[in-house]
Amino acid sequence: MPRPDIRPTHRLRSAIGLLGSAALLVTASCGERQAPVQDPDASITVFAAASLTAAFQEIGAAYTAAHPKTEVTLSFGASSELVAQINQGAPADVFASADEKNMGKLEPGSVGEPADFATNRLEIIVAPGNPKRILGLADLGRSDVVFVSASSEVPIGRYAQQALDAAGVSATPKSLEASVKGIVSKVVLGEADAGIVYVTDVLAAGSKAQGVEIPAAVNVVATYPIAVPASAKHSDSAGRFVAFVLSAAGKQILAKYGFGTP
Amino acid sequence: MRRRAGRDRVAAPALVLAVLAVSFFTLPFVGLLWRMPWTRVWGVLSSHDARSALALSLETSLIAAALSALLGVPLAWLLAKIDFPGRSIVRALSTLSMVLPPVVGGVALFFSYGRRGLFGQYLDGWFGITLPFTTAGVVVAQTFVAMPFLVLTVEAAIRQHDPRVDEAARTLGASPGYVFRRVTLPAIKPALVAGLVLAWARALGEFGATITFAGNFPGRTQTMPLATYLALESDPESALVLSLVLIVVSFAVLLSLRDRWLGSRPAEAAAVTP
Repeated sequence: MPRPDIRPTHRLRSAIGLLGSAALLVTASCGERQAPVQDPDASITVFAAASLTAAFQEIGAAYTAAHPKTEVTLSFGASSELVAQINQGAPADVFASADEKNMGKLEPGSVGEPADFATNRLEIIVAPGNPKRILGLADLGRSDVVFVSASSEVPIGRYAQQALDAAGVSATPKSLEASVKGIVSKVVLGEADAGIVYVTDVLAAGSKAQGVEIPAAVNVVATYPIAVPASAKHSDSAGRFVAFVLSAAGKQILAKYGFGTP
Repeated sequence: MRRRAGRDRVAAPALVLAVLAVSFFTLPFVGLLWRMPWTRVWGVLSSHDARSALALSLETSLIAAALSALLGVPLAWLLAKIDFPGRSIVRALSTLSMVLPPVVGGVALFFSYGRRGLFGQYLDGWFGITLPFTTAGVVVAQTFVAMPFLVLTVEAAIRQHDPRVDEAARTLGASPGYVFRRVTLPAIKPALVAGLVLAWARALGEFGATITFAGNFPGRTQTMPLATYLALESDPESALVLSLVLIVVSFAVLLSLRDRWLGSRPAEAAAVTP
């Protein structure tokens, strides 16, 4: 059997050369220090709670319209997931959380104090026409109702448990979804009969779902803080975005999507 | 036919790249072990959620591997032995889930076997069976992504198995079932075991299809990979411990099988190859 020729060919040699120069490049860029002077128009990455999806998409577009040089990249997820990502080194310049607890988990904190920019309330989300006739929190404990929630780390999971406790209802969820949007989609797709979500989510679902009110006595007011993480690369530009969210223009967009003012 | 390693001329660049590849695979585990909170390992493992996730993972992945063998061996036989029109399309369809992103598989399962799915609505309406949010749903998701590994491995072995041996047994008066049990099956056993292990390992590691189709609830659908992923948010140290368990189990299985079934009988393997 002829042995395969295993001497390095020219192609292999140049590949190794390439690899070497790539390694050099990586080393060089690692040695570079961040410039002390920041570009105030630098493009930024905004991490926002899943419930802010529609509102922040519009805020991002409005901000880019006003500051054409700044590109705003949005990333949505459960606040608990986002803060874990930031603490593991994800490049977030702004963090908008659905609760103070997850904002408090930022390591090593934020640039300045987090500012509260919006409030939200809870509602029960059901299929259009409410086929299971769910009239309140008590119905979520019924054995014929498939109720889904989120884990206690996710803001909506904790808020939902607070409301159930306040109403004295014991309801075991069939699934703990990763974020509030997961609960919405399970109900919209018909896998689940009901879930506790934010008023703004029911509004965003439009005709695909409807809401059942939770009385104010047992409802929870969720307060949303926003901050620039201490690890942000473009804190100046990020600070301008935060100011925009807190401005009258920002509040107007948030109100349009059903958020309240703190 | 094995040449002693020392006599091979080693091409230095290939060696460098090979070492690079080895470190590429090894370094992540070094990094994981480096951060391992050793003093907490036992505490995390004896927690209720971790134990129920481990038990659930073992239960569902073993059932998924068994189901894969029950349905996959006949499928492998069909693909290897029966020449029918559209065979390559059937093969591609049956092994599609192996190359699909698992979450896509989960979405597909959702719209077919979900409560409002094309077939799921009849399962629900006629038999009262709903798969989402149940342990059965986890098994379905795992089997969906794991079975192709067994099918492909076993099909290759059946193809390589010399049909004349079976024919000889039959001319000696053996029934087809007897031939399969006593002649074909022993011949393809190494491949069957390898396929079972690959399918089991794939089922054990299943994440995307499971969380999409079966949801996530401790003790019912929260398997080890789901628990690991979610622990990364709440308690990163316990995520490290859960990862360690999955790594140790997978590594031990690969190691023991490699010695016992996959690598130790080169003579027989050579005999099977035409």
